[in-house]
Amino acid sequence: MRHSLIAAGLIATLGAPALAETPVLTVYTYDSFITEWGPGPQVEAAFEETCGCDLRFVGAGDGAALLARLQLEGARTDADIVLGLDTNLTARAAETGLFAKHGIGEVAFDLPIAWEDEMFLPYDWGYFAFVHDTTRLEDAPADFRALGDSDVSLIIQDPRSSTPGLGLLLWVKAAYGEEAADVWASLADNIVTVTKGWSEAYGLFLEGEADMVLSYTTSPAYHLIAEEDPTKAAAPFDEGHYLQVEVAAAIASSDELELAQEFLRFMLTDGFQSVIPTTNWMYPAVIPDGGLPAGFETLITPETALIFAPGEAQAVRDAALQDWLTALSQ
Amino acid sequence: MKGAAWAGTGAAALVLVLILGTLGAVLWRAEGGAGLTPSDWAAVRFTLVQAALSAAISVTLAIPVARALARRRFRGRGAIITLLGAPFILPVIVAVLGLLAVFGRNGLVSQGLVWAGLPPLQIYGLHGVVIAHVFLNLPLATRLLLQGWLAIPAERFRLAASLDLSTRDINRLLEAPMLRATVPGALMVIFLICTTSFAVALTLGGGPRATTVELAIYQAFRFDFDLGRAALLGLVQLAITCAAALIAFRVAVPMTMGGGLDREHRRWDVDAGWRRVVDAGWIAAAALFLILPMAMIALDGLPHLLVLPDVVWTAALRSLAVALASAALAIALALPMALAVWELRSRQGLSRGVEAIGYLSIAASPLVIGTGLFVLLFPVVDPATLALPVTALVNALMSLPFALRALVPAVAEVETSYGRLGDSLSLRGAARMRLLLLPRLRRPLGFAAGLAAALSMGDLGVIALFADPETATLPLQLYRLMGAYRMEDAAAAALLLVALSLALFWGFDRGGRANAEA
Repeated sequence: MRHSLIAAGLIATLGAPALAETPVLTVYTYDSFITEWGPGPQVEAAFEETCGCDLRFVGAGDGAALLARLQLEGARTDADIVLGLDTNLTARAAETGLFAKHGIGEVAFDLPIAWEDEMFLPYDWGYFAFVHDTTRLEDAPADFRALGDSDVSLIIQDPRSSTPGLGLLLWVKAAYGEEAADVWASLADNIVTVTKGWSEAYGLFLEGEADMVLSYTTSPAYHLIAEEDPTKAAAPFDEGHYLQVEVAAAIASSDELELAQEFLRFMLTDGFQSVIPTTNWMYPAVIPDGGLPAGFETLITPETALIFAPGEAQAVRDAALQDWLTALSQ
Repeated sequence: MKGAAWAGTGAAALVLVLILGTLGAVLWRAEGGAGLTPSDWAAVRFTLVQAALSAAISVTLAIPVARALARRRFRGRGAIITLLGAPFILPVIVAVLGLLAVFGRNGLVSQGLVWAGLPPLQIYGLHGVVIAHVFLNLPLATRLLLQGWLAIPAERFRLAASLDLSTRDINRLLEAPMLRATVPGALMVIFLICTTSFAVALTLGGGPRATTVELAIYQAFRFDFDLGRAALLGLVQLAITCAAALIAFRVAVPMTMGGGLDREHRRWDVDAGWRRVVDAGWIAAAALFLILPMAMIALDGLPHLLVLPDVVWTAALRSLAVALASAALAIALALPMALAVWELRSRQGLSRGVEAIGYLSIAASPLVIGTGLFVLLFPVVDPATLALPVTALVNALMSLPFALRALVPAVAEVETSYGRLGDSLSLRGAARMRLLLLPRLRRPLGFAAGLAAALSMGDLGVIALFADPETATLPLQLYRLMGAYRMEDAAAAALLLVALSLALFWGFDRGGRANAEA
């Protein structure tokens, strides 16, 4: 036993210089990005073809857990890149002072909004929406008021533990402002239950526990493309839909800052962007040459994109959460 | 056996350091905090109410079920006892989906009601939380009480029969004192398990009314990044545990039954037809309530089981290894602690201290322990490289209370009944262990190891904080499948998980019962 330990130690020390020649780029991201079904494996293969480096993904829960982990680690973090925050988190992320400017000039983003940020670069985006089964619910409500007045049942996620849950909170706030509390009060009797995360909610919806579930406008694309099931649809809402923009940024204290910036540039090219639609089931931030995959043209395209600027999102969410808690705890 | 006292106290100290150390680490990383808010206190109140209701109902229902199982012999009894243990070891998300497939708005019961022209069942609310917790914990309560019944020497029942005692007398003289000794412990354990509930309580509670302390910790950590508040809430959970343990210690009265010859139980007083019908009814009702949701999970998962992606099978192997390591660790901690509780009985404070520390881990927040370990390990080593060992250790901690619940009374029983015989033969140290204790502790040891392995198998726990692509366990892989919309594969992975957990539990538990069919 002891001998093998010594041997392992020797191999570790002797082997180290040989390995050190290939630089390692560590990317912290949310868990679903790095799974076999996520974009991770294809992105890794494509980037390693050209970078002469070892791209290493580290997964940490979801976007909010990712930021919490980074805050725990502070400046000593091993991360060179953090990929997977959204605009609801970027203000808090910027406050940590851990991120570097991306130094990339004008990019022709295919986003529903103008993008200006010195640190965070978007890599994909999507709209939150209520998804339903067209064979079970034929006339979906067309706005929050109609939903609240109807007897359509609904499953949502808890904003305290889930990214879509927080998205819905901000969606209602952005659409209704001072009247948000009223809207929540009228929705209260439609809401069957509130779950910890997206997976529980979507699973319950597919089991038939409710007519609609909070998800994304792109969710029906999964069922159509991967399962050839055209029965799922997102309901277009007249108020507009809340936008989620997912971003990445380099860590200022990284030893591989140049390589990190190379990755950020790569992130906006076809090698990365063409993987996004059918692995992350979101819209690419820069539409690749081949366009969007067949099936995406069937999705609803909201006319109004609602979104709070990063600082605003941070400022309104505590009061919005209080409205939500009060309305749903009656 | 002074060595045992030292080893046990050492193990307890280690557990204490892990639980308080991680809490301290989180507190240390905190940069000031706002303290607890009124909604945190509302969460504490809801947590206590639902946990107390869940524990009371689980144990009340477990008494007739355990009694029926203790005094009846029938084909498939062993299989039923094992299957009844299954809900307890289910991953939360699987349990919720299985339960809702039966009791949900579109579940079997509701479909039946709608077919009969009645409104569907309304499961979401406090009663839903309690039903779910009874589903998850009735099996554990039944097993703990069944252990108590089987610990009554068979000779007592023979004596009762030869004295022609009525069932009521047997109940008064044998069963009631046994229940007096075991029920408080069972109540406490289940109460504590329910205090850390989060996803089950929220989903079945139907909304933020059902906010528990664990959800408040999650919010503090994730929504507000207020580590101080997270640690404070962790302390509140530990305080609840200590209070519950103190009450249970006060109420419980040790059982003094004397020794026996390990003969199989046989009852002569309960052959009356109506008693058979009542017992059969209890067993059938419990089996239906517990097994139906499991059957729905199996039905859902079966079609995709054989086409599961390779990564799921590798994750399953990884989980098996973690589960075995976790079982070994749990026994390595629990056995010395159980022996120490007995050895130190003359110094009651110390003895109860060791036992109480064993229960702390049940109510310690997995998120706080995981975060604390992360804070402690990160400066020294890449936490991802330790993901699997850390998971095994934390899982062992989580199953420690159940292992102690099984072992502490068993050690006391063996020592009371055979200790003096052992003393007069000068059996000490390793020989006493090998000849006296281990053979007589086989059953609780097997049960404890099986439970620890199965619990570890199904636990998502801290791995989610430490994971990288190469170290995913089966529960994590299951969540990943769901996150990637692959609900059918996820259902198959859930079935695989349940089957493996049950096999582990059955294997250990069976090993423990090998030469004492009962």
